[in-house]
Amino acid sequence: MQRIGVFVCWCGSNIAGTVDVKAVAEALKSEPGVVFSTEYQYMCSQAGQDLIKDAVKEHNLTGIVVCSCSPRMHEATFRKTAAAAGLNPYMVEIANIREQCSWVHKEMPLGTEKAIILGKAAVAKVNLNAPLTPGQSPVTKRALVIGGGIAGIQTALDIADAGFPVDIVEKKPTIGGKMAQLDKTFPTLDCAACILTPKMVDAAQNENIRIFSYSEVEAVKGFVGNFEVKIKKKARYVDETKCTGCGACIEKCPQKKVPNEFNLGMDNRRAIYIPFAQAVPKVATIDADYCNMLKNGKCGVCTKFCAAGAIDYKQKDEIIEEKYGAIVVATGFEPISMEKFDEFAYSQSKDVITSLEFERLTNAAGPTAGKLLRPSDGKHPHKIVFVQCVGSRCASCAEKGKEYCSKICCMYTAKHAMLTRDKYPDTDVTVFYIDVRTPGKNFDEFQRRAVEEYGVNYVKGMVGKVTPEGDKLIVRGSDLIANKQIKIDADLVVLAAAIEPDKTARPLATMLTASMDTNDFFTEAHPKLRPVESPTAGVFLSGTCQGPKDIPETVSQAGAAASKVIGLLQKDMLLGNPCVASSNQLMCNGCSSCERVCPYGAISYEDKEFPGPNRTVKVRRVATVNPAVCQGCGACTVACPSGAMDLNGFMNSQIMAEVDAICK
Amino acid sequence: MENKYLKDDIIRSSGVNPKKCMKCGKCTATCPSFDEMEYHPHQFVYMVESGDIEPLLESESLYKCLSCFACVDRCPRGVEPAKLVEAVKLSVIRQKNSNRLKADDVVKYLDEDIPQQAIVSAFRKYSK
Amino acid sequence: MKVSYFPGCTLKNKAKELDKYSYLCAEKLGVTLEEIEEWQCCGGVFSTAKDEIASKLSSVRALKAAKSKEQPLITVCSGCHNVIKQTNYVMQNDKEFADKVNKYMAEEEAYNGEAEVYNYLELLRDVVGFDKVKEAVTNPLGGKKIAAYYGCLLLRPNSVMKMDDPENPKIMEDLISAMGAEPVIYANRNECCGGYIALEDPKAAEKRSNDIIRNAKAMGAEMIITACPLCKYNLVKNGADIPVVYFTELLAEALGVKEEKDGE
Repeated sequence: MQRIGVFVCWCGSNIAGTVDVKAVAEALKSEPGVVFSTEYQYMCSQAGQDLIKDAVKEHNLTGIVVCSCSPRMHEATFRKTAAAAGLNPYMVEIANIREQCSWVHKEMPLGTEKAIILGKAAVAKVNLNAPLTPGQSPVTKRALVIGGGIAGIQTALDIADAGFPVDIVEKKPTIGGKMAQLDKTFPTLDCAACILTPKMVDAAQNENIRIFSYSEVEAVKGFVGNFEVKIKKKARYVDETKCTGCGACIEKCPQKKVPNEFNLGMDNRRAIYIPFAQAVPKVATIDADYCNMLKNGKCGVCTKFCAAGAIDYKQKDEIIEEKYGAIVVATGFEPISMEKFDEFAYSQSKDVITSLEFERLTNAAGPTAGKLLRPSDGKHPHKIVFVQCVGSRCASCAEKGKEYCSKICCMYTAKHAMLTRDKYPDTDVTVFYIDVRTPGKNFDEFQRRAVEEYGVNYVKGMVGKVTPEGDKLIVRGSDLIANKQIKIDADLVVLAAAIEPDKTARPLATMLTASMDTNDFFTEAHPKLRPVESPTAGVFLSGTCQGPKDIPETVSQAGAAASKVIGLLQKDMLLGNPCVASSNQLMCNGCSSCERVCPYGAISYEDKEFPGPNRTVKVRRVATVNPAVCQGCGACTVACPSGAMDLNGFMNSQIMAEVDAICK
Repeated sequence: MENKYLKDDIIRSSGVNPKKCMKCGKCTATCPSFDEMEYHPHQFVYMVESGDIEPLLESESLYKCLSCFACVDRCPRGVEPAKLVEAVKLSVIRQKNSNRLKADDVVKYLDEDIPQQAIVSAFRKYSK
Repeated sequence: MKVSYFPGCTLKNKAKELDKYSYLCAEKLGVTLEEIEEWQCCGGVFSTAKDEIASKLSSVRALKAAKSKEQPLITVCSGCHNVIKQTNYVMQNDKEFADKVNKYMAEEEAYNGEAEVYNYLELLRDVVGFDKVKEAVTNPLGGKKIAAYYGCLLLRPNSVMKMDDPENPKIMEDLISAMGAEPVIYANRNECCGGYIALEDPKAAEKRSNDIIRNAKAMGAEMIITACPLCKYNLVKNGADIPVVYFTELLAEALGVKEEKDGE
């Protein structure tokens, strides 16, 4: 028989305002097992905790019920109190008489009655509680960062600086991500390359960082502290250790008509290529889809001109297996396709471009060497129209647009408009906007400067139709302030396309058993209080894989994710959660129901010998739970048809006792 | 009070929820009849929502909508302004003696080539 | 194969050639159009109001006729197609509305949108196949630059019509290619010609139509094809100085079934 102490908290007037706390303490005194019951103004205060500790000693308590706020708030506090008093922390139960009682009821008698019932249920449960001890597992002191954009690079650098080895896996031939494609960055207009490429070099030179470029994560097993990851290094047909990045092969490659993805297809590259001058690693890659040698065995020019002998047409994909303690997702974003928004004539005219294409058109390393020229005829545009929110805030068109605000477009459009006016004062620039959203340090000032100092014409309204005609684009839009429909004969139209998570994010989330929202953004463990952690232990989030964000915000989040990883990696052992499932193997019939519902892959099967009648031995297939992987969700206990699965701390018998106490 | 009933009626008959509007003005940007309209599609949505329906009832704009559905298809929020215009117009022409187009008047509009489709469509749009 | 056919009022009067060539081309392509009996005018324009019941009954009757023959219902005129397809959609998706309609027609069997509605263009694309059309062409059109004019009725509302990308359709362009001509892509091909407003405000229709003709010509069109009698009327009346013809007429020419007296 337990000796239970009941502690009813007033929470100031939060609880005591609607619940007669003295009556609750009194009523619970006569419950089975209760030997002591009291109330106090703030049970979580030092004085309140001392009161609990003293009572444990004085009354020889074996179990504690605290009637207070939600266990999310103070369960950990009272478990510590119990431990300090020499009790097993799992002998504490919280009856939530605040969020689920006093805050939702207005009348004292009702509130009091419900608080008593909730208290009785908790007492009934504690009567069946058993001490639990969390297991321990070692921590592999190495981190994996998936994605080598600014988010991944920053996270990796911060982890490496703390002294832990970290691997970056990047699917493209170079790290750098979207930021490498940008020209200047708001609101201070530093050149993106000037601030990004030193970081790329730092990453390459850091002893603690390994970069797997042109590589993808193939499979993830294990759990926090102990992930086992398979990484596929795709064949680039160039020996990375030999290639010096001299570029001789590229110059001589006869296949000149490969759309250059770095410039978004606005110019061509060769079949063997280095994406851009500052690429890291600066190593050539052969595009197997276009290489004549790889396609039909006829060419071999690059081999002839490679002084380092680095070309290797026989190179195969390679699988690397590595263990990690923590995984950071930094998979980034892509602009959405503009194909389904052809009222803006994106697929009908070369002079209707996206904002990312505009970045390349204004970048000195871009297809026009930084001169703003129309893609169709190479002429300088004199009238430019920017259209904001193309595909963002689009609730009616789930199949083509996104319901959310893409967050970065207002600022980069202001930047594009401002820089255009600065460099080409003879150019008229009009921005159609629904709302200008500039909540960031020096952001609104920046946008206002575009209007007031640079003379950008901001029109409150939306474009309805773009009609290419001759060498003009007839833009029809609304000016809601003037209540007019306006027509502009533009030379260039720039669409601020919504952004969406990279397509690789969804399959990766499945591998990591990390949750995502309906837009395929990774979900945080808590949207406010744990924004860089995934609900899956050991998986962290960095950058736009979690939601649209600009560079300053991405870098802060990348650092935050790194600090969480460092906090994890500096531990030698991890304490598990003892409230995990366990299988009663005598009752298990090996049906696999539990394995199928387990979202964490914590359940496996083993063949085990059991004594049969007449001293025979029978081998049966039974479920076994890996307590380090199990998150204690309880799905298996419900799925199990034979009642073999149970959840420590939330045993079926305990839940039933609570229900009985409530229904009594 | 009467306006309240009228508003409810228009919303019910059109199936449009004007609260979905985020006031981007794309409907008005894309409306081919803009020049002929006194009140434009975004104003229809706003005025019905705010109960300021009286001026719409008396406006020529009701008969300038071409039912081309450009505003319906291009609205990013699925507001469907054309359906609202249709419902406001019906609430007018359903009143006694409120037909916009009378059979006797048609003759004066006809020319040799005008297809039957134009006449039946106009009747459907302008008369009850 | 045999299909139910709803010609509509205009095809029996001002747009007889649209009707005639539809029959001839279908025959050549192995499809028999069976005109449904006692069809009534669709009304020309679909009323979107949820409480407009009576104006949709003629469309429902046509749909029921096709259903009873277990045939798809084929329309040619864009106006009829839009009205009948939208009516079928509400009969499928708006239970309350369908119940009201069925009560109106109490003595008959209830209809809940079971029939399939195809425009003639969809018949060519999805049932016959443009590759088959191409094979059947005997008089290829010699690379003529032809602009397809869709107007609004064939494409919108897209959630119901689902014929093609409403902002950059290609069904008529593919037909033009199959006939051996060169399609001209121009953005205003899905803008409204002014429609029925031509009756009481011809100036408004003139502006709309001019926007379309100008855009088509600027992008190199030598001819415009359309499916809709009202579109054709508006474009021709408002000074199109390039030929505007029904797509079935041009198809008949390409398939070699156009009669001599039509002057080729």
